[in-house]
Amino acid sequence: MAFQQLDYLLLDDQFSEDERMVRDTVRAWVTERYLPLAMEHFEAGTFPLELTPELAELGVFGPTVPQEYGGAGMNSVAYGLICQELERGDSGLRSYVSVQGSLVMYPIFAYGSEAQKKRWLPLLASGKAIGCFGLTEPDFGSNPGGMLTTAKKTADGWVLNGRKMWITNGTVSDVAVVWARAEEGILGFLVERGAKGFSAPEQKHKFSLRASITSELVLEDVQVGKDALLPNVKGLKGPLGCLNQARYGIAWGGLGAAFACFDEALQYSKSRIVFDKPLAGFQLPQKKFADMGTQITMAQLLALRLGRLKDEGRATAAMVSMAKRNNVMLGLEVARTCRDILGANGISLEYQVGRHMCNLESVVTYEGTHDIHTLAIGQELTGIPAFR
Amino acid sequence: MKIVACVKRVPTTEATAKLAADGRSLDPTGWQYMLSFYDELAVEEALKTKEKQGGEVTVVTLGPSDASKEVRECLARGADHGVILKDADPAARDPRSTAKALAAKIKALGADVVFTGRVATDRDHAAVGPMLATYLGWACVGEVHALELGAEGGTAKRETEHGVETVTFRLPAVITCNKGLNEPRRASLKGIMAAKSKTIAEEAPLAVDTQTLVVKVELPPSRKAGRIVGEGAAAVPALITALKTEAQVL
Repeated sequence: MAFQQLDYLLLDDQFSEDERMVRDTVRAWVTERYLPLAMEHFEAGTFPLELTPELAELGVFGPTVPQEYGGAGMNSVAYGLICQELERGDSGLRSYVSVQGSLVMYPIFAYGSEAQKKRWLPLLASGKAIGCFGLTEPDFGSNPGGMLTTAKKTADGWVLNGRKMWITNGTVSDVAVVWARAEEGILGFLVERGAKGFSAPEQKHKFSLRASITSELVLEDVQVGKDALLPNVKGLKGPLGCLNQARYGIAWGGLGAAFACFDEALQYSKSRIVFDKPLAGFQLPQKKFADMGTQITMAQLLALRLGRLKDEGRATAAMVSMAKRNNVMLGLEVARTCRDILGANGISLEYQVGRHMCNLESVVTYEGTHDIHTLAIGQELTGIPAFR
Repeated sequence: MKIVACVKRVPTTEATAKLAADGRSLDPTGWQYMLSFYDELAVEEALKTKEKQGGEVTVVTLGPSDASKEVRECLARGADHGVILKDADPAARDPRSTAKALAAKIKALGADVVFTGRVATDRDHAAVGPMLATYLGWACVGEVHALELGAEGGTAKRETEHGVETVTFRLPAVITCNKGLNEPRRASLKGIMAAKSKTIAEEAPLAVDTQTLVVKVELPPSRKAGRIVGEGAAAVPALITALKTEAQVL
């Protein structure tokens, strides 16, 4: 049976026919191909890498990149719907795709040379190469400007030194977008797998995003050529520009996780009989559903409006902060409430709610923590930065 | 090669059957629609034929304008053109009138081969494909589950109650597609984008009188609730008695 999301305000009408078709296509793929594997991979702490060619064929890697570079030239609303549907499956799946598109293909497309674009974008769009994004360091998360990784100019190129942490896809990447401090300011580099002094050991023992590969990037006197530099950006605006793309998708992703949990808890509570009637027939569950249904509907409106503004070129970073902050926290709270509605079954991986709940602890933290986005919105409203 | 796939949108499997006020039809309120399963096979076979033989695939449907969703999906999978023979109430037609309208359009398109589903999963007539072949005066290769098609003709396998038949035929032909023929592809996101620039023509279908008319629809009687006769081995005698006397199956 095809998944039907909550659509209390009939927002389906607000999407174009092709946007709905994109959503339904990805939705069907997730139901048929990903969900049957979700529990097993979450439990094993692995990502089903064998699905990469299918994901590429579906066209989810960098769908907003123009067709001449191997993308699909889609609008932002369609990209948001893709993220929503992937995260309905698992935040790890959405992360795998977000990193490839928003954090690797986007900077190459926006800041790269023509040669870099021609070489890497078709490989990344077709899944023949996997990429990762190295910004966060062990001691610098919310304050990336403090990064310790350095880039030193030499006669033939650059020498990179430092450590990056919490890097999605690192271990399996063919190319890493690494941000480093140079005399000229913060610069981005494309570091290829196998470069001498470069390694990407996997970080294990996570209780969240278990079906996603998380790695360290270790750079010890890594020599790269002049052509490894992303030539068209300098300063923190480079990585922050990428994050803005990814965070936009994550705002939709939080919604996808919420849809999955809400639907599972609703179905469960209609069929679970307690004291001779369905659980859904009691007032406490109904209050939970009324609250969640309202919050989900508001989050849908937020994502949709932001997407339309983005397609008009009017979305700002502060708007993206509001949507990421609200929709991911919404997803987490819905997951927690739904876990509760499922009672003891809620802690079983046979159901989805617990998996989403654990995953969203990462999502609410990465790409700008909930608190940092709070300060970004605070700054937008008051004009006074309160970060330090 | 000019290839046509005939498709029909049908209610999804989750749609509930409720009698309409006229007592002669079902109330479609709240229904969602999808491509009929066997028509998906027809579209896939049309696309595979195009990939092998070259040419163009036109998807033709008879139905309301809303069927553009299903036709657009075929275009996203790789079909080149879409045609909706616009009829707001296709359920009022009988298979003959549908087949005549389709035949007129297919003749006008100058098609070499037509693929249809074996049967539409809503009305269950399995009649439009063979009637279409008859009105066109073409070979009719029905219920095909394996096909080798060349520029002039082909060989097909069809399952019958007494075994598998292998038949050869010459083009032009109408081929009705059965389970096992292929695995329908998904639309890719690039395909969806490409479909945006393809056109779906809406035309009035040939006016044909319907010769048969549905006068009454009765829903199947609702099932009686089950009854637990007991538990474990001790319940077997009571179960056997019930199967003999009530269900009368022993």
